[in-house]
Amino acid sequence: MEEQERPLSLVLFSGTDDKLTAASVLAVGAAAMGRPVNIFLQYYALDAFRAGRLHEDHKLSPEATGEQAPIVRAHPGQHWSDLLHQAKDVGEVDIQACALSMDMFHLKREDLDGLVDGIEGVAAFIASAAEGQVVFI
Amino acid sequence: MSTIQVDKTIDARGMACPGPLMNLIGAIRQGQVGQVFEVLSSDEGSKTDIPAWVAKAKHELVEFVQDSGYAHFIVRKAR
Repeated sequence: MEEQERPLSLVLFSGTDDKLTAASVLAVGAAAMGRPVNIFLQYYALDAFRAGRLHEDHKLSPEATGEQAPIVRAHPGQHWSDLLHQAKDVGEVDIQACALSMDMFHLKREDLDGLVDGIEGVAAFIASAAEGQVVFI
Repeated sequence: MSTIQVDKTIDARGMACPGPLMNLIGAIRQGQVGQVFEVLSSDEGSKTDIPAWVAKAKHELVEFVQDSGYAHFIVRKAR
C-alpha cells in the first residue's frame, strides 16, 4: 500500500439506514484496500449525523418493499456508524458536512457527531475527489 | 488441513461482510511479523475479500479450506 491510491469520494444524500449502511460498507472496503475516502454529507444524510441521533431509527429507502423491510431490519450486520469508525481506524477517511446543507438545517459544528471531521463547500470536496470516482448515494 | 502452527484463531462465523475481514485486519495490525492467523468465516464475501486484501497488504494466504457452512483462511503476517 506504499503507492498513493486514487481516492474514492462518496456524496451521501439519503439519510435512511439502508443507504447509509451500503455507503459505509463501501467506505470501509475502500479504506481497507488502501484508498483514501472522502465523504460529503448533504441533506438527509447530514441530518442522520446529528450528535446523539446516529442510532435513532432512520427508516428505510422507499424502494424497500413491505416484504423486504423486515428482512433488512433483521439482518445482523454492524451499524453504519460502527463501520465508519472501523473505516477511519484502518484507513484515511475524511467526513465533511456540506456547508449548504448545514445552513439549510440551521446546524452548527457542535450539533454534529464527532465522526464528522469538519464543514466544507462543494469546491473543496471536488478538489479532494481529484482524479478518483465520485459516487452519489 | 495441513499442520500449520496457528498463533491466533478468529472465529468470525455468523458475522456479515465485511466483519470477518475487518477482524483479520485488526488482529494482523496487533500481531508480530511471521505470526499465523486463522479466520473462520461463513460470509461468502470473505472468499473474495480476504485474498484481495492479503494480496494488497502484501501478507501471505497460506491456506484456504472450505468446510461445511464456513471457510478457514490461514494468513501469515509478512511485514
